[in-house]
Amino acid sequence: MAGTIEAEAPARTRAGSAATRRSAFTPGKVMLYLVLILIALFFILPLVWMLSTSLKVESEVFRDRGFIPANPSLANFERLVQSGGQTPVFRWMFNSVGVATVGTILTLLLTSLSAYAFARIDFPFKNLLFSLLITTLLLPGIMFLVPQYLLISQLKLLNTWPAFMLPGLASVFGVFFMRQFFLGIPVELEEAAYVDGAGRFRTFFSVVLPLAGPSLATLGVITFIGYWNDYLWPLVTCQGAGCTLSPGLRNFQGTYSTQFGLLMAGAVLAAVPVLLLYIFAQRYIVQSVTSSGIKG
Amino acid sequence: MTMNAPPAPSVGGKRTRADVRRRIGEKWWVPYLFILPHLAVFAFMIGYPFFSGLYISLLDADNFSGINGAFVGLENYRQLFDPSHRQFQRFWQTLLNTVLFVLMSVPALIAVALGLAAILNAKFRGRTFFRAIYFAPWTLSVAVVGLLWFWIFQSRGGLIVDIFGWFGLTSPGWLSSQPWAWLSILIATVWWTIGFNTIILLAGMQAISADLYEAASIDGANKWQQFRNITLPSLRPILLLVITLQIIASFNLVGQPQIMTNGGPPTAQTTPVLLHLYNTGFRSPFDIGLAAAMAVVVAVVMVVVSVINFRFFSSERA
Repeated sequence: MAGTIEAEAPARTRAGSAATRRSAFTPGKVMLYLVLILIALFFILPLVWMLSTSLKVESEVFRDRGFIPANPSLANFERLVQSGGQTPVFRWMFNSVGVATVGTILTLLLTSLSAYAFARIDFPFKNLLFSLLITTLLLPGIMFLVPQYLLISQLKLLNTWPAFMLPGLASVFGVFFMRQFFLGIPVELEEAAYVDGAGRFRTFFSVVLPLAGPSLATLGVITFIGYWNDYLWPLVTCQGAGCTLSPGLRNFQGTYSTQFGLLMAGAVLAAVPVLLLYIFAQRYIVQSVTSSGIKG
Repeated sequence: MTMNAPPAPSVGGKRTRADVRRRIGEKWWVPYLFILPHLAVFAFMIGYPFFSGLYISLLDADNFSGINGAFVGLENYRQLFDPSHRQFQRFWQTLLNTVLFVLMSVPALIAVALGLAAILNAKFRGRTFFRAIYFAPWTLSVAVVGLLWFWIFQSRGGLIVDIFGWFGLTSPGWLSSQPWAWLSILIATVWWTIGFNTIILLAGMQAISADLYEAASIDGANKWQQFRNITLPSLRPILLLVITLQIIASFNLVGQPQIMTNGGPPTAQTTPVLLHLYNTGFRSPFDIGLAAAMAVVVAVVMVVVSVINFRFFSSERA
C-alpha cells in the first residue's frame, strides 16, 4: 500500500521521469502491457485478416491460411474495378464521400444558424419550440423509416443524394449541441460588432462562427461518421449504382456470397478511407466523440 | 402583451444587457430567419412523418399505393396482437429476439467497457495509442463489420476454424447453429462498438479526483475496493448515460444479423424485429402499412424501456 502512494505522488507533481522509469519494469507493468497487447490483437487481427484475404486470389483464399499472403495479388481489386457495371464500388464510394461531405457542411450550417437564435435572440414561442425539438430526441428513429421513405418516394427523390442527406439535416442533436456552445461565449464580443454596426447575420458569420471552430469540428466529425456509416436508411432508399458504400456492399454480398477474396477487397475499399482519416486525426476524433457523447 | 414584447430588463439580474438579445430596431423576423432552414427540414422530415407514419399504420398499403392505400383502421394492429393471425407469432418472436439481444449485449458491452476503461485509466506509456486501437473499429460501417465477421465465422475457411484448430478443438458451426449464431453476432458487436462505451467511461473516470483514491489507499483500501467504492459511485451519471445509449443501440440491431446470419438459423432465430420490419415493408410483398404499425409498437416498447431504465437508475440513488 505504502509503495503505491510513494510511486504515484511524485509522478503527478513533476512529470516524473525517475518515477516512470522506476515503475517501468515492475512485474505489474509487464502484466499490464501483456494484457493491453492481447486486447489490442483482438481489435487488430480481424482487420489484418480482412486485408490479407483481399490480397489472395480466390483459389488461395481457402488454402493459404497465413496472415501474410504467400503470393500477394491485387487481382480482387482489379476485378472490382473492371466489373464496374455490377459492382460499381467507386460510384458507391463517390456517393458516400459526396453525401458525407455535403451533408456534414449543410448540417453544420443549418444547426448552428438555428442554435444561435435559440441561444441569443428572444422571440415568441422560443422555449416552446425548443422543448418541442428536444422532445423528438426521445422518439425512436424506427418510427420514421416508413413515412420518410414514402415521402422521399413521392417526391421522386429515391436514389439521390438529397434522399440520403435529408434525415441527417433535421438533426436536433446538432442544434442542441451548438446551442450549448453559443450560450457559453461572452456576449461582449458580439456587442463590439453590434456597436460597429454589424447586423445579426454579419455578427454571426464574422464573429460567432469563427469562435465556434472547435465545436463545429466536433459536431462535424460525428456527423461525418454518421453519414458515412449510415446503413438502413440508404439501403431502403437506394438501388444499384445509386447506393452509398454500406448498402452497396450488402447488395454486393448477395452477388458474390462465397467469393471471400472479392468481398474482403470491397470491405477494404470501404474501410480504408475512414481508417486513414482515423489514423491521422485519431486523438481529435476520440475527443470529439467523447465530448459529444457526454454532452448529448 | 405590450409589457412582454419589448426586451424589458425583466429577464432580471442574470443578463442586464437585454439589448443584445433583442436589439433596438431589429426586425421581428430576424430570429425566424435563423431557425427557418433547419425548422423547415425538421418539419418536413420529422414533424410530418411523425403523423403520416401513424396514419400509414392504419392503411393497407404497399410500395405502389403508398399513402393512397385503403384505410383499414386498426387491422394492421389486429394482425400483430391477434394470436391466431399468422403475423402475430413472427412479430413477437422477432421482438423477443431483439429483447434477448438487448439483455445479453448490454451487460456484456458495459462490463467489458468498464474493464477496458479501468485498464486504460492506469498510468502507463502509450495509453493514447492503446485507446486509439480499441476505438478504431467503431469508425467502420456495419456493412464492413458484418462482411468481415461473416467471413471469420465461416465454417469453411473461416479464421475461427483455424483458431479452434490451434488448440486442438473442433469449431462448431458458428453461423448455422444456436447458440453460436447469437454468440457470433454478439462478438462482432462487441468488437465493433465497445470502444465507444470505453472512451466515454474512461473520460468519466479521469474526471474523478485523484485525492479520493489517495485517501482511500491511505485508509488501506485495495484496488478492487477503490473501484467499487469510489469509481463506480462517481461514475453513476455517466454510467446511466452509457447504459441508456447502449440499450437504444442494441434495440436498433439490424445490420449484423442481416449480413452475418441472414436472420437464421433456423428460420428467424436471429432475426431482430427491425430486420423483420424491413423484410415486411421493403421486400416482397411490401406490406408497408403493416411495417408502419410494427414501427409504432416497437417505438412504444422502446420508450417504455427507456423510461423504466431511467426510473430504475434514479430511484436506486437512495
